[in-house]
Amino acid sequence: VINTPPIDWFGLSPILALTGASFCALLCAVLVPRTARRVAAAGCSLAGFTAGLVLAIWLYVDSANGHTIAADAFYRDRWTALGQVILCCIGLATTLLAVEHVPGWGRDADPARRDNHVAEFFALLLASGAGMASFVGAANLMVLFLSLEWFSIALYVMCAIDYDLEGALEAGLKYLIVGSFGAGTLLFGSALVYGATGKISFHGISSAIGSQGLTGDTFVVVGIALIVAGLGFKMSAAPFHMWTPDVYEGAPTTVTAWMSSATKVAALLLTFRVMTTAFPDNQHLWGWAFAIIATISLAIGNFAALVQRNVKRILAYSAIAQAGFLLIGLSTGSALGGRALMYYLIPYSAAAFGSFAIVAARERELGVPVTLDNLAGFGWERPFLGVAMWFFVFGFAGLPLGGGFVGKFYVFAAAYQHGWVWLVIVGVLATLVSLYYYLGIVRAMYMRPSEELQLPPRSGVAVSGGSPARETLLHLAVGAALVVSVGSLFAVQPLIDLARDAASALPL
Amino acid sequence: VNATSLTSILIWLPVAGAILIWLLPLSRYATGSLALLFSLAEVAFWIEQAARFDFSQPGLQMEERANWFGDLGVSYHVGVYGFSLWLVGLTVVGMAACTCYGYWVGRDRSRAYFGLMLLLTGATVGVFESQDLLLFYAFFEAMLIPLYFLIGVWGGARRLEATIKFVIYTMAGSLLMLAAIVVYGLQAGTFDLVDGPTSASRWLFLGFMVAFVIKAPLFPFHGWLPDAYREAPPEVAAVLSGVIAKAGLYGMLRIAITKFPDPTSFYRTTVLALAAAALVYGSLLAFRSPDFRGVVAYSSLAQSGLIALGLFAGTDLGFDGAVLQMVAHGLISISLFLVAGAVERRTTTGEFRLLGGMARGRPALATLLMIVGVISLAVPGSASFAGEFLILAGVFQRAWWWSAIGAGAIVLAAMYMLRLISAVLHEARGSTVSDEALDLRPGELALVVPLVAGLLFLSAWPAGISSHSFTPDSPTAAVKSQFK
Repeated sequence: VINTPPIDWFGLSPILALTGASFCALLCAVLVPRTARRVAAAGCSLAGFTAGLVLAIWLYVDSANGHTIAADAFYRDRWTALGQVILCCIGLATTLLAVEHVPGWGRDADPARRDNHVAEFFALLLASGAGMASFVGAANLMVLFLSLEWFSIALYVMCAIDYDLEGALEAGLKYLIVGSFGAGTLLFGSALVYGATGKISFHGISSAIGSQGLTGDTFVVVGIALIVAGLGFKMSAAPFHMWTPDVYEGAPTTVTAWMSSATKVAALLLTFRVMTTAFPDNQHLWGWAFAIIATISLAIGNFAALVQRNVKRILAYSAIAQAGFLLIGLSTGSALGGRALMYYLIPYSAAAFGSFAIVAARERELGVPVTLDNLAGFGWERPFLGVAMWFFVFGFAGLPLGGGFVGKFYVFAAAYQHGWVWLVIVGVLATLVSLYYYLGIVRAMYMRPSEELQLPPRSGVAVSGGSPARETLLHLAVGAALVVSVGSLFAVQPLIDLARDAASALPL
Repeated sequence: VNATSLTSILIWLPVAGAILIWLLPLSRYATGSLALLFSLAEVAFWIEQAARFDFSQPGLQMEERANWFGDLGVSYHVGVYGFSLWLVGLTVVGMAACTCYGYWVGRDRSRAYFGLMLLLTGATVGVFESQDLLLFYAFFEAMLIPLYFLIGVWGGARRLEATIKFVIYTMAGSLLMLAAIVVYGLQAGTFDLVDGPTSASRWLFLGFMVAFVIKAPLFPFHGWLPDAYREAPPEVAAVLSGVIAKAGLYGMLRIAITKFPDPTSFYRTTVLALAAAALVYGSLLAFRSPDFRGVVAYSSLAQSGLIALGLFAGTDLGFDGAVLQMVAHGLISISLFLVAGAVERRTTTGEFRLLGGMARGRPALATLLMIVGVISLAVPGSASFAGEFLILAGVFQRAWWWSAIGAGAIVLAAMYMLRLISAVLHEARGSTVSDEALDLRPGELALVVPLVAGLLFLSAWPAGISSHSFTPDSPTAAVKSQFK
């Protein structure tokens, strides 16, 4: 007889809600007639993410004393809950975007095929959301790896779901191969750590390393290095970033918006947790490793973005550079660093999501990939989206138009408090370089008249009667992202209080 | 209105106006009128603030403080001192004149334009009023965003290069300042400018100074200046040189000199040398410049140098003169750029070889340009004579040769300004000056005459500013006590 451990179902409820909604969406694919399928599946998705959000908030309120549940497999604490709240919010926004924008621009032309895989798309979105929600709460290496594969496999399929869109299959395949390699690295690292310590739970590993003096043990050190590398793939930090521009460019823009914001939130929150909980005694190793990874990400992301013309690629490299900034906070491993990371992720994910959503709108109206050239005049034609876009990119650049400004300030403060003035200088210089391409996007939108645009919009496809498509839900999603991005500049104190409570669940 | 809330109103009223203008789908005229209304309301609120300001009290007045984020000691803390009151006044008056100019010439994309002008007003007032380092930095950066659009969208043919240069230069400086702010604030445990201690760190001083010398600018950090001033629309160039540049000089006074007394004396000679270089080099370039705006642009560089000379003299006379000169040069420079805009609108060019003889039949233009030009070259009895005299006397107390250099530069100022006046107003009639080119219209007079009247008022009573900036202490004592 196998003794089953007592399970706190409520602690797992956001994951269960998302998984349940995912099954419902999948059922829509076979049970609901094609005409109603989009609405029904999107309804499942909205309901699932809303339920996940409500339950996560409830858990946040109810989990002041963090502890593990389900036989030490999972954390029920505020770090998990706040991460799930952010993920569910991004999920809601992605759902709004997806209703009008899945599949991507390539298939608008064929109305008969438009709704082919839409229910599967929402099912996968919910499944990846559930995987991420489980990932941020992982308490042992096994759950960590399973959740990683769970959301990754969903993402591989989502990248390629628009299979006759140019580049989508390439994106899916590339992500699959590189992602599997990253997952394999992580698994190998986990095996080494398990081999050295005999434990898989984070707490167990840390106490084993402490009590048996394994800090300098070869297996542990190599294991940490491999885990760092494996997680580095997921957060698209350089030098593990090479898949990012191609996948972000090739995937349907809705998926890119979801990946660039949600995956990063999940990967960074989990990484901070696993490093501070399982390997606190090795902070001198992983702290430096992440500081160096941050530096490389800042350098590669920013310099590579300078020469791009495709807006999705620019934003992809910007995402790599932003991972660098976030990693500055992570690398300090301090309470301030955790706070900074958690805070920064809120405006970052809003801006990342919002900027890709705006690219999706432009793609739809042009019918071709968006470049700096065919972005000309966009700001004047679509004033709201234009203004939102410059708020987002200036927020990325750290100008005081959004929480990105305070976020950068916080990670710099954390680095300084850790004694790493050099990292502050690196961040400052990287910001300076990044201005050029962020300003380039704004310049393209506003400072070149749209008459320069030689490319006529596709007739009769997305643009009917010469005016842009009505995109109420997209505007709603972008508006929400804008409110979060700008609001987080003014409401710093409440958000920091939340982040502090969340970080207090970690052994800092 | 409660006196303390005037400070916040001056910052947020124009921001609210900008948002209102962006949201309301009004016609061009309605939008412009609304913007003008907001900028005039700003002036009215500032007059109210100045009337309620108690010049016999030391320290910060009309102070407001609210928590922004407490764990690092950052707060929303605003208030005014005597000298910041004058700079806020310069900002609101100058911005009102420039907004009015934009209305007069009928800028296209009016909602975007007027919204950005109002946003710029709010951000600039915020710089002069904020008493928290991070808040100061946020406003300092926020000024850049509307300027970027105003130059990049409404500017001249080479505006894109101009904006890139301008933004990259200023951001390079201000990001180093951000690093310095982080270090200073965490060392002090607070980012508050009033409560914060002094620091002896030379690195931090340099981090702050690099932002300010680029903004001001001083030689050799003025690379962005000629392009930005030439390519910007005239009213934006006016704001840039008349108001925004003063933010850099204000930062030197409020932060660099006040919070870093030891590094200030250590680097005094260096900064004075840079300031003197800006003064002489700017004057020479202004003399060699082939166009109206070039002269005004380089003379702004020279004037920034002169003001920095006064600030870093570190004497009572120097501080008083520097504040007076900031305001006087602000008004001069705004008037000159607006007149340059008026000339360019009539002749399509600002190049001297195509201009000339505009005085004939255009008495209002000739009279105004003459008055402003003569005040600008520091004729005895003018506001800038008072300012320059105080600065030179102040720096004389440091060492006589600084004032010798400064006095030499004033001769240069007479040369370039008289060259400008004669090249535009006199000499043979230029090829682009036609009889149809009208004199200044009532609308243009309405926005330049008040500025000139302000200058004449300051000429009559320079002590109105120079004796009401650091009261009741002596300026050096006020700086030494960190304006507490």
